[in-house]
Amino acid sequence: MKMKTILPLVLFAVLVGFLAFGLTRNPATIDSVLIDTPFPEFELTDLYDPDQVVTKADLTGEIVLVNVFGSWCVACVQEHPKLVELSNTANIKIVGVDWRDTRENGMAWLKKYGDPYHRVVFDADSLLAIDLGITGAPESYLVDKQGDIRYKHVGIITDQVWDDILAPIVVQLRTE
Amino acid sequence: MLAEIGQISLIVALLIAVLQSVMPMLGAQKNDPRLMAIGDRAATAQFLCVATAFACLTAVFVGSDFSVKLAAQHSHSQKPLLYKFSGVWGNHEGSMLLWVLILSVYGALVPMFGKNLPTTLKARALSVQGMISVGFLAFILFTSNPFLRLNPVPLDGQGLNPILQDPGLAFHPPLLYLGYVGFSMAFSFSVAALIEGRVDAVWARWLRPWVLLAWSFLTAGITLGSVWAYYELGWGGWWMWDPVENVSFLPWLVGTALLHSILVLGKRHSMANWTVLLGITAFSLSLIGTFVVRSGVLTSVHSFAVDPARGVFILILLALATGGALTLYAVRSHTLRTGPSFGLVSKEGGLVLNNILLIVATTTVFLGTFYPLLVEAFSDSKISVGAPYFDQTFAPIMLLLIGFMGIGPLLSWRTDSIIAHKKHFVFACVLMVIITSLTFFFGKSILGALSIALAAYLAFGTLVAFGRKLKFGQVSLAQSMKLLRHQSGSAFGFFFAHMGMAIAMVGITAMSVWGAENAGVLKIGESLKVASYEYKLETIDAGRRDNFEYLQAGVAVSKDGELLSTLTTERRFYPIRNMVTSEAGIRVRQSANLYVGIGEGNQNDGWIIRAYYHPYVCWIWIGALFMAFAGFISLADSRLRFTVREPAPATAIPSAAE
Repeated sequence: MKMKTILPLVLFAVLVGFLAFGLTRNPATIDSVLIDTPFPEFELTDLYDPDQVVTKADLTGEIVLVNVFGSWCVACVQEHPKLVELSNTANIKIVGVDWRDTRENGMAWLKKYGDPYHRVVFDADSLLAIDLGITGAPESYLVDKQGDIRYKHVGIITDQVWDDILAPIVVQLRTE
Repeated sequence: MLAEIGQISLIVALLIAVLQSVMPMLGAQKNDPRLMAIGDRAATAQFLCVATAFACLTAVFVGSDFSVKLAAQHSHSQKPLLYKFSGVWGNHEGSMLLWVLILSVYGALVPMFGKNLPTTLKARALSVQGMISVGFLAFILFTSNPFLRLNPVPLDGQGLNPILQDPGLAFHPPLLYLGYVGFSMAFSFSVAALIEGRVDAVWARWLRPWVLLAWSFLTAGITLGSVWAYYELGWGGWWMWDPVENVSFLPWLVGTALLHSILVLGKRHSMANWTVLLGITAFSLSLIGTFVVRSGVLTSVHSFAVDPARGVFILILLALATGGALTLYAVRSHTLRTGPSFGLVSKEGGLVLNNILLIVATTTVFLGTFYPLLVEAFSDSKISVGAPYFDQTFAPIMLLLIGFMGIGPLLSWRTDSIIAHKKHFVFACVLMVIITSLTFFFGKSILGALSIALAAYLAFGTLVAFGRKLKFGQVSLAQSMKLLRHQSGSAFGFFFAHMGMAIAMVGITAMSVWGAENAGVLKIGESLKVASYEYKLETIDAGRRDNFEYLQAGVAVSKDGELLSTLTTERRFYPIRNMVTSEAGIRVRQSANLYVGIGEGNQNDGWIIRAYYHPYVCWIWIGALFMAFAGFISLADSRLRFTVREPAPATAIPSAAE
């Protein structure tokens, strides 16, 4: 066997090594650039009151769960009862971001399914959504007392997600 | 019920594939004709089973049976019929089923067209083909089952990803896969030939039509994808060097080299090593393409569905298939004949150079595509290699290649000298000087002018080479015409493919040198200037239509105060999928496209408008279609009509044999 004939095999082995390495990386980790960075500054209005300005300052100071939703979002209907339950039982401030919506639809939707939110930020033009790098609704963020994003959850908050992932983080944030 | 039939068919197909991979190989080893004959029947039976499964899945989609999870996730009862069909492969599971269907079609064609193949070669190739099927059928059944049921049954489906709801994309995957998977033939027959220890002209002549077929489909598939991305994704470009585009381009580059090598092997009995290695590489790159798209290893605009578990599975398949084949090559390549020697300046020499340049080009694109992965391995940053890298590395190699393409076909086999082509060079130089000066005069770019001149030189070289086949100028015009009619399919194929390259090159040059773009935030009545065109935002309109909400802009384009056209561009929001798509407004002309897209915005601040001027962009696709078409014409070559009975005619018509 000549050196020359084994060369393709060696090159290929190196390649497979790299590809295997690539697989151990989660493509979604690109989202993690937001983790441990301050929640983006914004200036939007309250869903219920177009004249009332909401800024980042209204969110910070305590641990907040920021939840992005919209009346058009089917999965949000599924998620919503959990949020309503949390607003009653869990000791955490929940802030909603009504994304790509109209005020009428957003308010009607919350009336129908219940409003678990401490505040609802109205973001029809994706101004905050773009800074947050939102890929779809629902998406939720855990923000600590200093106003830093500590966790991002893509998709529905189910009982399991809350119990296994979010609740322990909230407990940890409280001890800090 | 249908879903169960499909499921069972797939399982039966897997069992048959196992049989197909073991029995004929054993038979060939023992020289037992009965065992070998199992291969033929298994290949046909496997195709019938996979086709049944595919038909079942199609029926599920068309009949809107949302108790099947896949249909519920990717179809919708109100969807146009075309997209109910294309929805079958507009998702991961279905597209893998299409992949296997095409693999089984190629497999079933082997016994149909391969009656005259040496029995052991055919048996071994079918066995290898069977092994690939086993891998992919297992992949589908264990990680991506399309027939899973859903309980409770939803009232309606979630609809197809709106980006994919487009006729261009309905046909893009099937064409691409016909190309990708077509290279499995080159792979299977290369492996079989390595085991046999016989790679000869008969082998090459039988395999060449399959390589041509795969290459042509791949060319057409890539072209269609490029056109689709151009008007649907709203990037304003025809090629973005996006990882997923690149991985479809890699097998194309290697396939092109393979096509030329197998031609030499069939005619001149040399380049056996090249052919076998390129055959293995082309299919391996197809597998890597599948791996990249399906695993999400590289971040890309195309990553509609990613799942690491599937990535692991495909990587293992790749390691087994390519690793196995290359090990075999390392052990067995000494059995390959080297064939008659040839001089550096000769048609063979030119084709070796062609191969080397294509391989270097492949490596360049490969490194650019996978460099982010490399960087990540050694540091922790995620980066992305952009177009500038490819412009600086890939473009020069291609220009060099085109330089050789202009003269290569004129060289004679075995031995030739540059001096013998002095006259051609002088003509070509004069032509290039004229074209360069003319283009420079109008275009004011020396690089653009040189590049256009190079395209003209390629067209000139191709015309001369084809003209010589017709003995143009040596005999009367009538006789030349008679010779034209008697030219082989592959002679026409050569002409159209190389001309297509020249045409595409004009388009690519024009786009990169004279293309212009501008973007701005415009309110109604404001305008943007791009090249000598003025884009004025005239109307904004919003509303609901079908299954989406839209924001529509009317943009009037004028040149020197004269209104040329009013373009309509839309941003669409699909609530069901929560997705935004853009519909570019394009005025298509042979000489230049005017292109406009609308982005985010509102009444008070204005809307983001991106405007482009795209000169000769259509030439790129016309050129590429020429190449695909050329491949199909070559298939019509009587000497290649899927038989190996007659190696004789290759020498019987000397004028046609180049």
